[in-house]
Amino acid sequence: MRIRLLYFASLADCAGRASEDVESAAVHPSALYAEVGKRHGFAMDATRLRVAVNGKLVDWLQPLADGDEVVFLPPVSGG
Amino acid sequence: MNRFRLSAGAIDGDLEKRALTAESAGACVCFEGWVRNANDGRDVRRLDYQAFESLALSEGERILVEAKQRFGLCAASAVHRIGSLGVGELAVWVGVSAGHRDAAFAACRWIIDEIKQHVPIWKNEHYADGESGWLHP
Repeated sequence: MRIRLLYFASLADCAGRASEDVESAAVHPSALYAEVGKRHGFAMDATRLRVAVNGKLVDWLQPLADGDEVVFLPPVSGG
Repeated sequence: MNRFRLSAGAIDGDLEKRALTAESAGACVCFEGWVRNANDGRDVRRLDYQAFESLALSEGERILVEAKQRFGLCAASAVHRIGSLGVGELAVWVGVSAGHRDAAFAACRWIIDEIKQHVPIWKNEHYADGESGWLHP
């Protein structure tokens, strides 16, 4: 299935891009993070991140569907 | 209602405060977060704020709605800057009005703490030595 990924902050720097479309068989965000994290060399452990699918925060084991937009959120630092 | 906003331009705290006006309000507390010239012992020259905008807006709104209920506020609003900011600039503004000061002080403190903890906004600090780094506390 096709997944749209958006990257922010250090993850965007590490991936060298703000977004990408990937073909993946990952069944949930946890598997997807392992897959793309390996490819881009993300050093941050998933336990430090949150994940959003189609603009909503979700559980790491929520099933993914074709066309989903996935965002891995590193710890925030606004304010 | 868009009580939580992201702004690419300068924030005018006085203007923001006008939206808090209510006849039932006896107290108004505003918080301004400014860009400081140092962090963790390093000289900071400027900051870049980046936001995952759609989720930042919905999370910010959720926090303000919860604050209004939790503290019985008359009104609450907040604005966070995005983009590049220099030292001394207003980075985040939070304002509440309430019947009495206890609720107003507590709510304003609670809202800024929640924003800092949950809203998907990231700070890239640019240091005097030319290095920069995203903060992921």
